[in-house]
Amino acid sequence: MNIFESIRISFRALAANKLRSGLTMLGIIIGVAAVVALMSIGRGATRNITSRVEGLGSNLISVSSARVVRQAGVGAQSTALYYSDYQAIAQDTNNVVGISPTYESSAQVAYSANQSQFSVTGVTPEFASVQAYTIAQGRFITNGDNAAESRVVVLGSQAATDLFSGLNPMGRDITINGINFAVVGVLASKGSTGFFSGDGVILIPLETGYSRLFGGRALVNGKRTLSSVSLSAANPNIVNSVISQVEYILRRDHKLTLTETLPFSVSSQSQALSTLTSITTTLTTFLGAIAGISLFVGGIGIMNIMLVSVRERTREIGLRKAVGARRSVILMQFMVETITLSLVGGILGILLGAAIAGVVTLTGLITTYVSLDVILYSFFFAALVGLFFGIYPAFQAASLRPIEALRYE
Amino acid sequence: MIELENVSKIYKLGQSKVFALDNINLMIQASEMVAVMGPSGSGKSTLMAILGCLDVPTSGVYRLEGQPVENLSDNQLAQVRSRKVGFVFQQFNLLPRTNALENVMLPLLYDGVHGKARIEKAKAALETVGLADRIHHHPNQLSGGEQQRVAIARALVNDPTILLADEPTGNLDTKTGDEIIGLFQKLHEEHGQTVVYVTHDAFIARHTQRIIRLVDGKIISDEPVAHPLVAGTPRPEDEWKAS
Repeated sequence: MNIFESIRISFRALAANKLRSGLTMLGIIIGVAAVVALMSIGRGATRNITSRVEGLGSNLISVSSARVVRQAGVGAQSTALYYSDYQAIAQDTNNVVGISPTYESSAQVAYSANQSQFSVTGVTPEFASVQAYTIAQGRFITNGDNAAESRVVVLGSQAATDLFSGLNPMGRDITINGINFAVVGVLASKGSTGFFSGDGVILIPLETGYSRLFGGRALVNGKRTLSSVSLSAANPNIVNSVISQVEYILRRDHKLTLTETLPFSVSSQSQALSTLTSITTTLTTFLGAIAGISLFVGGIGIMNIMLVSVRERTREIGLRKAVGARRSVILMQFMVETITLSLVGGILGILLGAAIAGVVTLTGLITTYVSLDVILYSFFFAALVGLFFGIYPAFQAASLRPIEALRYE
Repeated sequence: MIELENVSKIYKLGQSKVFALDNINLMIQASEMVAVMGPSGSGKSTLMAILGCLDVPTSGVYRLEGQPVENLSDNQLAQVRSRKVGFVFQQFNLLPRTNALENVMLPLLYDGVHGKARIEKAKAALETVGLADRIHHHPNQLSGGEQQRVAIARALVNDPTILLADEPTGNLDTKTGDEIIGLFQKLHEEHGQTVVYVTHDAFIARHTQRIIRLVDGKIISDEPVAHPLVAGTPRPEDEWKAS
């Protein structure tokens, strides 16, 4: 009596009750399919976000003001990030290949009758290299534009489409809060869509913004402020060192001690990436756990059916024991039956789950990612469910006393 | 050789104890053919279960071929059942959806006989019981007598030293029953196996060498049969009633 004999006997028993075996398996199929499909959707979402953030540049560090509670009971206050902070950072940091100050403001932007609220960003020429933009048409904002406070604008690809609905925007004028700006360039798409897209930007020279558009909102204590300063570190390995330098400069210039909370956020893309990844990973795990519950329920279904099966086949078990089957052989036979049910169910479930993930990708909602480890986990988990829920019925069968089993009606 | 020494089997039914077997002493020689008779509830089946190692006595000693069985483990008992004992039941107990050959191979499967040897032995056993042409039939395609003969083939396939038959003709008509006892006689003569045969039928019992009568778990008589009937002897008109 070897394992192959056990498998053969078990397959025959399962085949004898095809409908029942199928329905029992369905519980596992649905459970595994749910796990695979949901995990694939979660993994897909993680990959989408990762690739988008990486598209923004992995050496990127951004500095912006953060609201912090300075004194108990006073509430959160923000400290302005001054233009002078940018100048100090630009002067005093090492290993920085690009630095880009920006001021971002909401404004009414219109092309003929097509008008809506946009975010308009004042930038310097370095913005393009630091944020990894390339020009599709025309040119980017130059130092000359800033020096002359020119009324020129560069549009992100999505912004161009939104405003001009397919017309070539080059050489045409748009109005920003009623002021005419000439479109001198259109950026190439970064290739991603959704809330991390960088294709919706409307860029003007920073100096033009200060003098003509942002007005008093951009001034605190009579000094120019910035929304953020972006730095491009020379390579990804020194990102953390650059962050320390920037934090040191900000503390120095704002006269903050080391124990005080820095009222600025100095973060790298890789930090943002790890935060986002941890969120989506948690979400994926959560979805997987919910699907796991249905797999668990499927396991209970198997156990239930196996208990019925053991009772139904009491005489058969008695006979097998009477002609010399050992306890372990009977145990094995029933274990193989449950494990077969759960493994075949697991394989079918993986196929179904992958198919569902494929359909989700086809709908264009989200690009799912069926990874090998998810498949292996599901398969392993299904086997474990079979093992766990199979033990009790198999043990019951093996423990039957032959004489009583043979008398069972 | 079978030896029972002061064997009792007690079942507890609630508070009361039921003596299914009450202090039985019995010796059956190798190659003897014995009938066990008695009314329902007299302990015949319990006796057979103990002889077949399907159950163990509550007290007393059972020695099979000189070896006491009460100290054997479950697995050792399973081995004794598969190698030394062939059991034939009233209800045939064939596996459904499994053909005659595979039913007969079952004890060999559990005894670790593999491949060709297993098939050859099973075929030979089916030939012995006259079913060589029915090996691929399923139980539901066989008559009652044929099913019982498959069960007999299964009992003798592993060449056991004792054949235990618990009312094997109980579910069969008398003509088929007479054929079955004839088959046992033939096996007994040709293979020299010890046969213990439970029956209600006094005519059947007279085909054996010795009749043991049980009542209420006790042996009330144990007599040799002076002239065992030869298989095929016509049944006397007044003799077919159950004793």
